Amino acid sequence: MASAQPAAGATRASQGPAPAPANAPLLAVNNIEVIYNHVILVLKGVSLSVPEGGIVALLGANGAGKSTTLKAISNLLKAERGEVTKGSIEYRGERVDTLTPNDLVRRGVIQVMEGRHCFGHLTVEENLLTGAFTRADGLSATRADLDLVYSYFPRLKERRSSLAGYTSGGEQQMTAIGRALMSRPKMILLDEPSMGLAPQLVEEIFEIVARLNKQEGVSFLLAEQNTNMALRYAGYGYILENGRVVLDGSAGTLSQNEDVKEFYLGMGAGGRKSFREGKHYRRRKRWLA
Amino acid sequence: MGPFIEVVLGGLLAGVLYSLVALGFVLIFKASGVFNFAQGAMVLFAALSLARLMSDELTVAHYLGAAAVLGLAVGYGVVAAWRRLGPASAPGPRVGWGVIAAFALIGVAVAASFGVRGWPGWVAIPAAAAIMGLLAVAIERLVLRPLVNQEPIILFMATIGIAFFIDGFGQTIWGSGIYNLPLGIPKDPMFLLESVFDGGILVNKLDIFAAAIAGVLVAVLAVFFQKTRIGRALRAVADDHQAAQSVGIPLNQIWIIVWTVAGFVALVAGIVWGSALGVQFSIALVALKALPVLILGGFTSVPGAIIGGLIIGMGEKLAEVYLGPTLGGGIENWFAYMLALVVLLFRPQGLFGERIIERI
Ligand SMILES: Nc1ncnc2c1ncn2[C@@H]1O[C@H](COP(=O)(O)OP(=O)(O)OP(=O)(O)O)[C@@H](O)[C@H]1O
Ligand SMILES: [Mg+2]
Repeated sequence: MASAQPAAGATRASQGPAPAPANAPLLAVNNIEVIYNHVILVLKGVSLSVPEGGIVALLGANGAGKSTTLKAISNLLKAERGEVTKGSIEYRGERVDTLTPNDLVRRGVIQVMEGRHCFGHLTVEENLLTGAFTRADGLSATRADLDLVYSYFPRLKERRSSLAGYTSGGEQQMTAIGRALMSRPKMILLDEPSMGLAPQLVEEIFEIVARLNKQEGVSFLLAEQNTNMALRYAGYGYILENGRVVLDGSAGTLSQNEDVKEFYLGMGAGGRKSFREGKHYRRRKRWLA
Repeated sequence: MGPFIEVVLGGLLAGVLYSLVALGFVLIFKASGVFNFAQGAMVLFAALSLARLMSDELTVAHYLGAAAVLGLAVGYGVVAAWRRLGPASAPGPRVGWGVIAAFALIGVAVAASFGVRGWPGWVAIPAAAAIMGLLAVAIERLVLRPLVNQEPIILFMATIGIAFFIDGFGQTIWGSGIYNLPLGIPKDPMFLLESVFDGGILVNKLDIFAAAIAGVLVAVLAVFFQKTRIGRALRAVADDHQAAQSVGIPLNQIWIIVWTVAGFVALVAGIVWGSALGVQFSIALVALKALPVLILGGFTSVPGAIIGGLIIGMGEKLAEVYLGPTLGGGIENWFAYMLALVVLLFRPQGLFGERIIERI
């Protein structure tokens, strides 16, 4: 969110974000292993990268480790007694594994947690203002960004003085995203924005994500179970299973992949099986070995 | 009618003190989920610090140390404000600490040049407040941070340890006698509404003063919580500490702030209590009276703590005066607990327990 007006942002975006060298992505996760409670090994070597200005999808079934990956990046893991025990995480080439969430938000990396996690006893506007906590650029800048958020989410403006706990699921999701925007992020780690929302609303949220990406230059790492939706908006995708990346590729390739069609897009014949039973995947694995 | 109102009023004013102590509990419980058993000890410690700094019986080191702490707090405030208002020109960590240290030295120098002993209230009160802030920092660093993410019961036990430590430590450095607080708060009785009732209503000026101070404190806290950035962050942490962390609110700082605020509240309670009864160890036991107040008012409700305190204070006095003759005296000692028990039976979340918003 480098601009106070969406229109101004659009101009800047049309010039394109500064092209990063291909070998230095905005965010690089290298082979991380995550252990909860010192014993539960959840991520078993996950690597991924997000280019500047990109939308990258992190896909997978329940319990695959999507949220854990995002929390490892934002360092919210510690609060859940999780720990990155191997590998490294780099943001703009700087190791960030040991930074606190506060440090990361100041650098422009913020997570929108699964299940929105709005502050139920605060009003919608107060929720948004908490997002500006780390900023020190004064009240008028905060006000301007509040207007910007309202321009993306006009519905929040109508509901600004209701307690967030009494707003609808969609409004809470918007509040959560808007709250993150108030920190002027460069990169949002967005965890299952579609959860529990009606299809039109999911579409609306994804449209806004796409606009934020284009007009404000915010990069997204998007964890989703809604594979179809995520691949429509993302440029690149990773598929996680049991704490490992089993497949990755551009969104186009992934959505054409037979296994992805069968197991994640529900387009194949037969019921939903585990991804690793897929013969294409086996073939690929043999080929990789 | 006159005597009845007198009893009610006296009870309400006594209740103000319970409210103040309960308020300290609620603040910490809301923001960190910690049941702070040490709140009573903090009241004693704050009152002792103040009473002793105003006396002239201690060693020079005591006064110079307190002056250094006060300077430290002022310096910290200056650097923090500087960082917020002019981030570009703000000093880095090393220079920042230098500035803070310089302020501490200035504090010592000023204290030394004024002959050090027996501080007036307007210096001693900020100094006691600064000491409570330092205590909050120490508690956060030495107890809360190492125990982060532990079970609430473990943190609760840690606060029992803190309580005993503060009790002992306070008496070691400040002494263990009974001290008076020479703040010049009037104590004499006076009559109100003499034209309405025959003989008027007898109240103690100190009680009125206590009620006024408590009112101001509550108003200031309300504005702080509702209108400021930090207050909003505190409420956010109370609501959902994980989400608060996710937007970059640092829990450690928030804990220091709430413990400091609870320390200030303890100081106010200590001033009022100490003015009435003298500063002595029994102040620490006030905490036990705050417990039924919390059960009545709900552990998470600021208005609950205040109204609960008033109800208990008033109930105690009414029971003592009107039931005392039939049940025998001493009702005041157990009435609060009985009331709490009854509330527990019928409304375990307390009369004012925060409404739980159930909706995803
Ligand atoms: N705090 C925790 N302690 C122990 N194990 C955990 C913890 N959080 C998650 N796990 C385990 O880690 C695994 C991955 O969980 P994670 O939440 O990352 O999955 P996910 O891909 O986000 O799933 P979903 O789509 O259901 O959100 C699960 O098996 C889960 O049980
Ligand atoms: Mg998840």
